[in-house]
Amino acid sequence: MENDKPDIAAIADAMARALGLNISGESRAAVIGHLDIAFRLAPSFMDFPLDDEAEPAPVFTP
Amino acid sequence: MTVNPMDMNAGEAAGGFARGDSSAAASVDAALERIAALNPGLNAFTAVTAGRARTRAAEVDAGRARGQAQGPLAGSVFAVKNLFDVKGLPTLAGSKINRERPPAEADATLIERLEAQGATLVGALNMGEYAYDFTGENAHDGASRNPHDPRHMSGGSSGGSAGAVASGMTHFSLGSDTNGSIRVPASFCGLFGLKPTYGRLSRAGTFPFVASLDHLGPLARSVRDLAMVYDAMQGPDGRDPAQTRRPAEPALAGLEAGIGGLRIARAGGYFARGAQACAFEAVDAVARALGAVRPVELPEAQRARSAAYLITMAEGAALHWDRLRARPDDFDPDVRDRLIAGAMAPGAFLVKAQKFRRWFHAAALRVFAEVDVLIAPATPCQAPLIGQKMMTLEGVEMPVRANLGIFTQPISFIGLPSLCVPVWTLGARLPIGVQIIAAPWREDIALRAAYYLEREGAARAPIAAM
Repeated sequence: MENDKPDIAAIADAMARALGLNISGESRAAVIGHLDIAFRLAPSFMDFPLDDEAEPAPVFTP
Repeated sequence: MTVNPMDMNAGEAAGGFARGDSSAAASVDAALERIAALNPGLNAFTAVTAGRARTRAAEVDAGRARGQAQGPLAGSVFAVKNLFDVKGLPTLAGSKINRERPPAEADATLIERLEAQGATLVGALNMGEYAYDFTGENAHDGASRNPHDPRHMSGGSSGGSAGAVASGMTHFSLGSDTNGSIRVPASFCGLFGLKPTYGRLSRAGTFPFVASLDHLGPLARSVRDLAMVYDAMQGPDGRDPAQTRRPAEPALAGLEAGIGGLRIARAGGYFARGAQACAFEAVDAVARALGAVRPVELPEAQRARSAAYLITMAEGAALHWDRLRARPDDFDPDVRDRLIAGAMAPGAFLVKAQKFRRWFHAAALRVFAEVDVLIAPATPCQAPLIGQKMMTLEGVEMPVRANLGIFTQPISFIGLPSLCVPVWTLGARLPIGVQIIAAPWREDIALRAAYYLEREGAARAPIAAM
């Protein structure tokens, strides 16, 4: 449903203010476009069922 | 008639040196002459270290004259992507901002190792800004160009690394590969390019991009060269926290073992769609030569690509956080805007992507319990034109920049060794690469299969006719 779609432009504007990142001019549309890609790609792995015990993969050897 | 040492591959030039037919100085002089002639049109180099190279070559030659044994790479010439520290140069990583860095005080570990084996460094090479690139274009230094047709992309981000070798300006080069940045330019410029297993080679003394996914590796015009150079760089050095503690596992000695006994399959599913016909023709040719009949699915590769995409933008954003806030206008806008978006991605995306990475790794290990080699396209197309923004994949208009790495990204995501072999399909004006993928730590198998393909004529990397 259209209403379920995140408002990427609003997220980008709010995050830019909160993080102190300037996205004025042409940059704003590009950032929104890239963030939109991220939000469109993320469900492919966010919705993938993993056990609660699943460990992330970064390398750390104490 | 004397053969120009830069018309030889590295092994041949080193052989000439070992026999006393040639000298390190002759190789360096020939390389510098060729760089002067060709680089203005190719824009592969951002720095030529002529003085250093002549000094080093003179040391190698003087050592031989004194009767001291020289390394197996003596007489060969190489250059490195400009994210490697080269003593005396600021490490640009393709950026404008890094030009303000102080000159590096020492060489990167891999340069030290190659020079210890007798190779001579002649310069630093153009690359996409901060390695966030598949095109070889650079907003500050200009695009590095494809020696097989300079109107076309070299591929990125190790674009200069491919241009230098494909044009014969160097015998081999080093690049980095986070999502495909060795394999994409190797594909476009018709070279053998090895992305080793994640953690195999030390990254010490190089400018990072995505710590979880960054690899270094060589590009060359022969598989033997690739193996020689790869072997010379192996072994722990303690300065890269992600590097393996495994000892060096040299691959050169087993290169000619052939493919007997290897279980070879072509990757199906995700890797068998979404590309232009030439990519699949190249895979067909390699599969025929290797006798690979059955398709094998690397499950959930699309999700793997998405997860790699998110990890890349988020870790890249963290790396460049201060610079993005303080001086956004000094970035290439194409790079900056993706990094800024990465800074805005929810943390849960990043963590889940890393959890999925372990799942995908386990799934891949199950596949590699059944096969030794997987064949897959390296790029969905031959080199696009420089500046080209859109391309057609299976009838669908797609943005070039975002889609050149669709086949490489799921493989580097879990650090599998992957060797790009160059294929010239019938009547093609430009080459295209095929990935030879092996289980973790089995670069030796990928090299064996690639050597077989080269020997059978199914893969070849001629110097571009310029």
